[in-house]
Amino acid sequence: MSLRSPLGRVRGLGSAKEGTAHWWAQRVTAIALVPLALWFVASILSLIGADYATTTAWIGMPVPAVLLILLLTATFYHAQLGLQVVLEDYVHNEGLKLAAILLVKFACLVLGLAAVFGVLKIAFQG
Amino acid sequence: MVEFTLPKNSRIKKGKTYEAPASAKRVKNFHVYRWQPEKEENPRLDTYEVDLDNCGPMVLDALIKIKNEIDSSLTFRRSCREGICGSCSMNIDGVNTLACLCPIEDIKGDAKVYPLPHMEVVKDLVPDLTHIFAQYASVEPWLQADTTSPPNEERLQSREDRAKLDGLWECVLCFCCSTSCPSYWWNEDRYLGPAVLLSAYRWIVDSRDEATGKRLDNLEDPFRLYRCHTIMNCTKTCPKGLNPAKSIAEIKKLLVARR
Ligand code: SF4
Ligand code: SF4
Ligand code: FES
Repeated sequence: MSLRSPLGRVRGLGSAKEGTAHWWAQRVTAIALVPLALWFVASILSLIGADYATTTAWIGMPVPAVLLILLLTATFYHAQLGLQVVLEDYVHNEGLKLAAILLVKFACLVLGLAAVFGVLKIAFQG
Repeated sequence: MVEFTLPKNSRIKKGKTYEAPASAKRVKNFHVYRWQPEKEENPRLDTYEVDLDNCGPMVLDALIKIKNEIDSSLTFRRSCREGICGSCSMNIDGVNTLACLCPIEDIKGDAKVYPLPHMEVVKDLVPDLTHIFAQYASVEPWLQADTTSPPNEERLQSREDRAKLDGLWECVLCFCCSTSCPSYWWNEDRYLGPAVLLSAYRWIVDSRDEATGKRLDNLEDPFRLYRCHTIMNCTKTCPKGLNPAKSIAEIKKLLVARR
């Protein structure tokens, strides 16, 4: 039980003076993902029926390789921002929340790096 | 806090039925949420059969009739009975609204009347507003200026600047919006909610106020402000036709603009 006043409780530790960068990054990556995703879907459709060699050759070309890396970075960055918000919304145990957010961020970092590494490997080694 | 089922002691049981007099021709059933703190009983849904030929047009009229003529123990807030005081907010037919602005004839079938969702109940239809009013106080909803006002004159404001307050000053603090917002349900301890953010914005855009930066500082927080995910329930439910979601979006814009 706490005898703190309701206003004292609401003011709490004060505002974090943070959140704007997170919110803005979420919008920017979302907007960037629209053309990137459209380009990706169109490219995959045009590759239907292509064999392994054609596909890897396409991935290795400069423009597709750069756009793929942009798509992967934006996707995992956006996913990590969004999942953080979901966890903050729904998980109320502070320790669990911190652990889950760190796990999500780490997983997105590892997956993103692995995916980018894959593109680079194809681009430079074929 | 997210909860998908009601705790055991909050599950709603069937209550009593109060029948209308036999002479009544146009009868409507009102199922009303009842809970008394003194009794160690679960909440229940009492049914009142109301004779519409002897009742005013709004849901509040029916509740007043029930209290005056059928069951004086029914407890609810009301004052102005014309949508100005903001006291009679409740959940009618699944929608948060002011009982005095809600025509009975708009409700198809039986009317279901509950307190505002996800709030602690003081009694029957009366929610505990202590916390939400403390949140309102925390945005310091009054004019703050270091420049002293000219002696014996008001602080002037251009017509265009005054127009920016339209759609904001009309808020009656009924909290229909905040209690319809899922983000507020899950995080009401830290998220300020649409009603309070609309009030904060009302002072942020006031051209006479000189504390804009301080006000924005106070809101710039992942929980106080950024729990809003533009779900828009608030705007949909506001019985005064206001748009709290837009105020929140404007605050977010200002926070980006000052970076
Ligand atoms: S727009 Fe924001 S404040 Fe309004 S209901 Fe949605 S989350 Fe809540
Ligand atoms: S914005 Fe509308 S619903 Fe929200 S408190 Fe004000 S009048 Fe009520
Ligand atoms: S009684 Fe005042 S708003 Fe309904």
